[in-house]
Formats: sequence, C-alpha cells, structure tokens
Amino acid sequence: MAKAKKKAKANISADELHKYYREMLLIRRFEEKAGQLYGMGHIGGFCHLYIGQEAVVVGLEAAAKEGDSRLTSYRDHAHMLACGLDPKGVMAELTGRKDGLSKGKGGSMHMFSKEKKFYGGHGIVAAQVPIGAGLALANKYRGEDTVTFTYFGDGAANQGQVYESFNMAALWKLPVIFVVENNRYAMGTSLQRAASTPDFYTRGEAFGIAGAVVDGMDVLAVKAAGELAVEHCRAGNGPFVLEVKTYRYRGHSMSDPARYRSKEEVKNVKDNQDPIDMVKEMLIQGGHSTQDDLKIIDKDIKKIVQESADFAIASPEPDLNELYTDILV
Amino acid sequence: MTINILMPALSPTMEEGTLAKWLVKEGDIVQSGDIMAEIETDKATMEFEAVDEGTIGKILIPEGTENVTVNTAIAILLEDGENLSNLNEVSSPVAADKLEKTITLTENVISKDIIEQSTKISNKYIESELIPDGTTFTPTTVRDALRDAMAEEMRSNDNVFLMGEEVAEYEGAYKVSQGLLDEFGDKRIIDTPITEHGFAGIAVGAAFGGLNPIVEFMTFNFALQAMDHIINSAAKTLYMSGGQMGAPMVFRGPNGAASRVGAQHSHCFAAWYAQIPGLKVVMPYSAADAKGLLKSAIRDPNPVVFLENEMLYGRTFEVPDLKDFTVPIGKAKIWREGSDVTLVSFGIGMQYALEAAELLEADGISAEVIDLRTIRPIDYDTLINSIKKTNRCVTIEEGFPVASIGNHLSAVIMERAFDYLDAPVINCTGKDVPMPYAANLEKLALVTTQEVLEAVKQVTYK
Ligand SMILES: Cc1ncc(C[n+]2csc(CCOP(=O)(O)OP(=O)(O)O)c2C)c(N)n1
Ligand SMILES: [Mg+2]
Repeated sequence: MAKAKKKAKANISADELHKYYREMLLIRRFEEKAGQLYGMGHIGGFCHLYIGQEAVVVGLEAAAKEGDSRLTSYRDHAHMLACGLDPKGVMAELTGRKDGLSKGKGGSMHMFSKEKKFYGGHGIVAAQVPIGAGLALANKYRGEDTVTFTYFGDGAANQGQVYESFNMAALWKLPVIFVVENNRYAMGTSLQRAASTPDFYTRGEAFGIAGAVVDGMDVLAVKAAGELAVEHCRAGNGPFVLEVKTYRYRGHSMSDPARYRSKEEVKNVKDNQDPIDMVKEMLIQGGHSTQDDLKIIDKDIKKIVQESADFAIASPEPDLNELYTDILV
Repeated sequence: MTINILMPALSPTMEEGTLAKWLVKEGDIVQSGDIMAEIETDKATMEFEAVDEGTIGKILIPEGTENVTVNTAIAILLEDGENLSNLNEVSSPVAADKLEKTITLTENVISKDIIEQSTKISNKYIESELIPDGTTFTPTTVRDALRDAMAEEMRSNDNVFLMGEEVAEYEGAYKVSQGLLDEFGDKRIIDTPITEHGFAGIAVGAAFGGLNPIVEFMTFNFALQAMDHIINSAAKTLYMSGGQMGAPMVFRGPNGAASRVGAQHSHCFAAWYAQIPGLKVVMPYSAADAKGLLKSAIRDPNPVVFLENEMLYGRTFEVPDLKDFTVPIGKAKIWREGSDVTLVSFGIGMQYALEAAELLEADGISAEVIDLRTIRPIDYDTLINSIKKTNRCVTIEEGFPVASIGNHLSAVIMERAFDYLDAPVINCTGKDVPMPYAANLEKLALVTTQEVLEAVKQVTYK
C-alpha cells in the first residue's frame, strides 16, 4: 500500500496557498469563537472542536469536485465551513436559533446541507460509515462519477459496521473514500489502548481495498493524497481507505480536561506541526506574503467570525410550533 | 475597547465553579490558545484558554474563589494600544446576558429547594421495612452511590467485573467509576473500544461462562447498537435453553435526556426494555435506591437493565450507613402519603411528581407519590392499593407518549380498579417528537411540573 508522498511544493501557487491559509484560519477562529460562546452559555450540550485538524478537511475539499458528497461525525463544524457553507448559518445552529442550518433543531452534532451535499453531522460513533457507502451506492446507481468523502475517527474505526461497510463497498465497487481522521484519541482512550493494529490504512486490505496514509498536518500532502483517492474512485476501482494522521488540540468536548495526555505532547504538536503555521511559513518564505499581508487576512477572518457570532446570538429562537414540524413529510 | 474575560461554562450542566488558579498575571501578554486559568467544575479541573489576544489588564476574581457564577467578569483584557486607564470605561457588552442568566439561575434554585424539602419529608417513609431504627444516614450523590454499590459487590464476589468505554483510566465519562481501577485493577475494570455490539456480546458470553459482568454504556443511546445482544442473547437464552443457562449480568448507564444534547442523545428507553420478557428493568430516582437496587441487580441471576440519569448523578440524597444495604427489585416506594390523587412515576420523572405534590399541598390537594423504581416487574399492588384510596391517578415519565409505561399502567388500573376510579387516568410524558436542540423547544419537549399540576386539576375536577 502506497504511502502518499508529500508533493513538491515548488509548483504551488500563491493563490492556492492563500486559499488554504484563509480556509484553515476561518475554521480555527470559528472554533475558538464557538468555544467562547459555549463558555458564555450561548451554546449548550456537547460541542466538539476541530482545532488542530484543519488541514484534513481543507486539503480533502481541495481534491473534491462539484457534486461530490461528504459526511462526518459530531465533530462537524469545520466540514461545513470547508464545503462552503455560510459561517452564520453554522454558528446559528450552534446557538440553537431559527436561522441555523437545521432551524436550531439539530444542534452542534446534527447539521446537514442538502445544497452542499453535506449529509451530517452524526452523533452515533461510526453510524456515518455505512451511510457514506450508501450515498456512494446512490451515485453509482445513477451513473454519476461523483465520490463520497466519509470521515470518521480512530475510535470509530473499531466499530463493526465499518467492516461490514468495507466488505459491501468492495464487493459492489462503491465510489466511497473512507477517511480515517486519526487524531490519536477517542475521547480519553489513546489509539494504542483501543486498536489491536494501529495502521488504519491497512484495514481494508482483507477486503481488497486500496489504502494510503498521509500527514494530516500538511494541507498540501492531504490534498495530494485526496487526489489519489479520488482518482481511484472515479475510475471505477471501488472504495479507498485514506488514513490521515492529525491531532486535536482541545479536549474531546467542552467538558473534557484531557488528563490522559501530557501538556508537553500537546505543546509539541502545536509548536512544531501546526497546519496553519506551516502554510504561513511557506507564504512568507516563498516571498508570497509579508507579515502585514497576513495580518490583513487575519483581521478579515476575525471580522467574518465575529459577524457570525453576532448573527447567531441575535437570531431569534425557533417558533414554538417548530416543535411538531419535520417529523414526517 | 477592553474585553471582559468571563467565567466560562465548561460542561453542559455547569452554573458556577471555582477559579482554582491563575496561570497569567496582570501585564502578561496572551494569545489565543494560551492557557490562562484552571477552573474546577463539578466534574473536573479544566484549563481555560484565551480566545482574544491582548494584555491582561486586571484580574478581577482572585484565584481560590469558589462559586463564581458563569459569565461573571473574571479579568480584563487590553487590546493593542490600550492601557490600564482604559479600564474606567469598561462597559460590559454582556450585562443583559448576565441578567438573563441570573434570572434563570434563581428559577433553578427555587425548584431545587422544593425538591430538597420533599426529599426531607420523604425520609420518614424511606424503606421502613429494611432500615432498622437508629440507622444513621450520609448525604451521598447518586454518582457515588452507584460507585459504592459496584465496589461493595466486587469486593464480595470475584466474578463481578465492569466493562465499558472510558470506565477505567478516565474513571467513567460521567465519573461513576471513580477509584475503581485503583482498587480492582485492569483485570476487573476494563476499558473497551467503541464497539457496543461487540462488547455487549462478549459480556453475554462471559455471563454464559459463569461470570457476572456489569456493562456500562456511556449512555443508553449507544446501547441501541447492542440491542440485539441485550434482547436476543441475554434476555431470551434462559427460556430457549429450557432453563439450562442464562445471563446473570447488568447493563447500566445514563438514560434519557441530559441537557441540550439533541435528538440522538436524549432518548428514554424505559418503555422499550420494559416490554421484554427475560429482562428485569430498574430505574431509580434517589441515591439510596440507586445503591440498594444496583447491589440487588448485580446479585440477580437474570439480565438486569439498569437505567440511570445524567441529570441526577450530581444530586445528593440521604443514604443509610448500613454494611450491606439492598433494595429489592420489583418493589415500589411511597414517597408521600396522600388521599386525593396518586402520582406515579420513576427515575427523573419523580422530580416532577414530588415538586407537583409539594405545590398541590399548598393548594389543599393531598397527593400520594409512588416511585415504581422497578419497571419490570412492576409492583402493581402498591399502585392499585393507592388508587383504591385516592380514586384518581396521574402517571409521569420522560419518555415518548405512544406505548409508554403510563399507557400500560392505565390499562392495568382499568382492569384491576375500574370501579374505584373517579376520573380517567392521565399520562404526562415527553412530547411525541425527536428531542430538539434549541433551548426553548427542548423545554417544551420535556414533561413539566406544570403539566402534572394541570393533569391533577383535571382528574380532581378543580
Ligand atoms: C455508538 C457510540 N458510542 C459512544 C459514543 C460516545 N462518544 C462520542 S465521541 C466518542 C469518541 C470517538 O472518537 P473518534 O472516533 O476517535 O473521533 P474523535 O472524537 O477523535 O473525532 C465516543 C466514545 C457515541 N457517540 N456513539
Ligand atoms: Mg479520535
């Protein structure tokens, strides 16, 4: 099984780098703001932040094309932003308001967008995996050349339904990319304590599914690996397992003190592998941007995020009669 | 403009906390992501990170301060180019917000008071048949009572072990298994991968093989994945094997709504499990019952589904200081005696029943409150005897209305006490909708004390 190589960085355009920088920064600032709003009581229940993992979804969205589908777990805000949904609608769903993408009825873990072919937001670990294969079945059934990005965690990767899906996806050559977002922990359980074999990208082998592993802190490497996987699927070769090695900086959800890992471990990743810093450095060292240029982007992103927060707080609560709508069509 | 740094809410249920430690001092420059303070919640000590960049202008709440209400300004952050003199013009953009919070907090406090009062009254009736005179009591949380029950049973029976997600090293996602790994080691306190269907099946196999597993589901929402083993393997084998073998085990964990966790995480399964022959189903309200019933469940030779509740974990009740305190499965408890109406509930529904009874008393209506505690097998006799006295009944539960426990009780009451009824039985339940996330809708979806009061007025024709 191939290990996806980092692509030569020389041929990356400044525009492209700027795009990744902006998209990843938007996710980070958005998530920080969500954390803050949670602290103020504007967001309730569970809230799972994506900080640290930004390069995964930004890199893979860069490899997607119009018409492709995506779905993921409860750690879903970033996936929505990356597929181009308005931060206002996402934030307003987090605050449970009328203008949220699910009218305030879904919440942080359960968001959807038919327009962007974003099929959730799933609160039950690994439930999205067979559903992703099912979306791929629908695509193939209709003769489309689109693929489905099915994201799930290292913890989810041990659920039985993942392997049932692998078998059927391989058997029926479904155009689905199984993206294992390996951030090393499932809640407080490290990967070593939950997985008998740690190399998730090899887990499709028994079913004859091709796989690859990539550094998920490097957005360019993720994009390159994504392109490889997409090509494989679009060519009619069936599913692909892409393991993306990443890291979450914050606790599992807002109430997790993360005592199961050392501060040094977290600091080490933040200091040496941060996906946004990496692109920032490339922009500056490549002479594409000055610190001041980037400050302007930072300010702009901050403004977008603040506006989404203001919007999400100002948006009214859903009408009370919404309680009984959308149960059946 | 300067920015007020506010005391954050760090869990779905946190209202106040202790500002344990400042990790920055006045004059320090912070960047988003820097850890500024350590804050203790009811569950854990959490690090509090900066979101905005700037200089710490002033620390308003010193470290070590307890009971700091969420959203209180704890420090002031100066942005680029500001200095301390800007502090005078601090106007808090969240003032209105804070006000709102204080109001809802007072509301909560009132209802808590009422619950505490009714708890006190009810101690008169607590388990008179099982608790000898002169027994002393210790205030204990439901969380600790459950842990104590498991620890006591594990000490006395080597075949008892606990398995589930995050039960060992993390000490339980809701801290129910605190200290158990230390005492019993990793042979008996087993962290599993996230594989409910698989580990529930493994536990059933271990039970067939002579052990007494306690399976913790992080929440019962995830037991849906394991439903096949709970029902097809654990519940039916004794019958299918002609009595040769069964599954002496406990499936336990929080069930029902927590707070704002949405449709997939807020489901009460009481009525589902109550339907299954071959299971026993327990759903305690108080800490004493949680402890006594869990000990009985672990000793029971049958599979027992033990439904807890996250909102109750932190609630304190009196637990008798007895060496081996058990509560029998299948026996209801009368929390309050009354003559005008019978309120029957179980689990968290009891909170509404007791609160309503208290308020009704002020209105001159005397309500008898029955806690079923076990919902399979149900103690019908206690209920029917009560209705023969009061002639009226309201059932209260958090689950869905269709095919609810209340529906079933109504049918039994009709069959066994039809001639005693002066009014139709009313079922107060959660609404017939998936749980919404929005705060206003969630409130509407849950059963409320007000609904119980209205139902009582209806059956008493007041
Ligand atoms: C079936 C099921 N079991 C348990 C849970 C509780 N839970 C939510 S997230 C999680 C950890 C998942 O970890 P991983 O798959 O690695 O994803 P990550 O959170 O790291 O993104 C657990 C145990 C759940 N939501 N669903
Ligand atoms: Mg993980």
